Amino acid sequence: MLNDWLYIGLFVFISMALPAIAIFAAGLLSPKKPNPIKSTSYECGIETVGPSWVQFKAQYYIYALVFLVFDVETIFLFPWAVAYNQLTLFGIIEAVLFILILLSGLLYAWKKGALEWM
Amino acid sequence: MTALQIIFLFVAAITLASAVMVVSARRMMHAALWLVLALAGVAVIFAMLDAGFFAIVQVLVYIGAISILIIFAIMLTRKAMEDVGPQLNRGWWLAALAVVGVFAGLAVVIVSWPGVMATAGVGPDADAIVNFGKDLVDPDKYVMPFEVASVMLLAALIGAIYVSVEHKGGQP
Amino acid sequence: MSFWTDPMAVIANLIGGWLAGLGMTEGWVTFVLSFLGAGVYALLVMLTVVLLIWVERKLLGRFQDRLGPNRLGPWGIFQTIADMLKIFTKEYITPNGVDKVPYNLAPILAVAGVLSVWAVIPLGATILGANLNVGVLYVVAIGAIGELGIILAGWSSRNKFATLGGFRAVALLVSYEVPLVVSLIIPVLFSGSMGMNNIVHAQKDIWYIVLAPVAALIFLITSIAENGRAPFDLTEADSEIVAGFNVEYSGLKFGMYYVADFMHTFTIAFLFSTLWLGGWQGPWAEKYPMLGLFYTAFKAWFIYFTIIWLRGSLPRFRIDQMINLNWKVLTPLALVLLMMTAIVNRLVPEGMLVVRTLALLAVNGILLVGTSWLLNKFAGRNKRVVVAPEPRPVARPEQISSES
Repeated sequence: MLNDWLYIGLFVFISMALPAIAIFAAGLLSPKKPNPIKSTSYECGIETVGPSWVQFKAQYYIYALVFLVFDVETIFLFPWAVAYNQLTLFGIIEAVLFILILLSGLLYAWKKGALEWM
Repeated sequence: MTALQIIFLFVAAITLASAVMVVSARRMMHAALWLVLALAGVAVIFAMLDAGFFAIVQVLVYIGAISILIIFAIMLTRKAMEDVGPQLNRGWWLAALAVVGVFAGLAVVIVSWPGVMATAGVGPDADAIVNFGKDLVDPDKYVMPFEVASVMLLAALIGAIYVSVEHKGGQP
Repeated sequence: MSFWTDPMAVIANLIGGWLAGLGMTEGWVTFVLSFLGAGVYALLVMLTVVLLIWVERKLLGRFQDRLGPNRLGPWGIFQTIADMLKIFTKEYITPNGVDKVPYNLAPILAVAGVLSVWAVIPLGATILGANLNVGVLYVVAIGAIGELGIILAGWSSRNKFATLGGFRAVALLVSYEVPLVVSLIIPVLFSGSMGMNNIVHAQKDIWYIVLAPVAALIFLITSIAENGRAPFDLTEADSEIVAGFNVEYSGLKFGMYYVADFMHTFTIAFLFSTLWLGGWQGPWAEKYPMLGLFYTAFKAWFIYFTIIWLRGSLPRFRIDQMINLNWKVLTPLALVLLMMTAIVNRLVPEGMLVVRTLALLAVNGILLVGTSWLLNKFAGRNKRVVVAPEPRPVARPEQISSES
């Protein structure tokens, strides 16, 4: 099994190296003529005003949070699904209970308006 | 020195170096990115110990969800993006002393453990995940922690939503 | 074993034998073989994307009642190569004050986040990268690395538009991952393993799209949303936030984002065909793995065509529509489908495939009908009221003549 992981590691490394080599090669082939106007940030053609860090909404954080909770839930469900064929109905009901508890959490979030895009 | 040991030393060195950079980087965003690298190193170590499922879970949950959450949280606090003050405060020598003491204590405890020089993985068991799944819903084994985990996740969800919806008027 | 019954093993033995003859030890031989295999595979995938860009442009042209590229080479085949050569020689305009390392790392992570998935896709019975025993989760985890690339791009560009676009894109991607992962539990449930090749093996009797069509549909919709394609291409809507998170990229770095985009569609097609359409299963596929490659590609082609068809036909969703669709429709539907599939599958006695199929199809049908009924009943509340204008007084000849 370690051979599988070696292959995966090499594949990930190569899939990062290939675009890196391509970008580097294109960097060698392309012209380099920087001038002050080209190097300014893009703001639809006008000058940048104010610092470029924007205060953004808490809504993004709530989506990431709900995603985290459901992600951990599915992590618990994957081994259960792998063992599914060898489980009794009792084991399946337990997992259904698990899902129902978290579905009620989703319902709470929905009712509280946490899932609205402002 | 087998190849596995060389790879382990390399990955462990990267993980430790990234962890040091997390606490000593000047900008918080850089600290978050070094944290991602440290977590990736831990995932590789899991894979080397034949715990493939946990390596993937590490990448999926820690790098895919928690790191993104941390980065969003950093962006939410505008003060974090502005210029930082001095890196060390006046009592830094006391902290250094405490760190060296803890490190010495840990080193003594770990080296005196007989298994420290052994290299043993979890064992390439093809049925590991199936057994894990069966144990999760087995009434004699781990079904109570399984259900309690779901209640805990529910509590976390409700708590976080309650706290953030209170402040939904645009306050961080 | 001949070449036709087990191509990869024959090639591996050939090269491995030659390397061992040069004096390499066992471990190094494995390492070099894996490296060569991974390199050739990744390179082949990237080159296939070049061909697919042409296919997509031609198809989109036809959907839009025009010809598509037809000047360079017969039917415009060399158009993509010309575009690639052009983009290779464009200047990298790096704005002031960007963070160099994340800025350059982001396009690499974007491509790596799609290309790495190919390591676990089984193209034939024995033609595959690695049959990882957690293949399905690996696919989702690699998608998470791609999202990290988008955050890096948006943040390191030091540009308000890029930052906003990047975070909006990641919030959407992260939301759509929930129904994606839940719908992926269903093939794992049926086959009892997370390894992709095992899932394909288990589809010998029946394809999983027949057993769980709603789950396949959810997988398709969420994958298209993860890809950022129309109708979900809000994050690269040119008229809204000017190319979003990649506004400060030029030259090949910008090109890499588009390579990642097209490669992702190609990957979705193959993943769908592997997980739901039986992958390389087909007549004589186990005996001659090269046939399996042909079967997978054939099935994936239909999905690829469907995705381009959707791109050419549907208007773009608004962001609140996308978020509502995900959290209020797809996630509850996926979770309820999982629960009902798990229960019904266990209630049907062992071995009766036809009864099982019919029962599961009934479950899926009930869920589909129920969802559309619920949507009609409740989603219609937000419909915009058509306000008819009041009848305006119009000058008519009889009115004028009656007054004079």
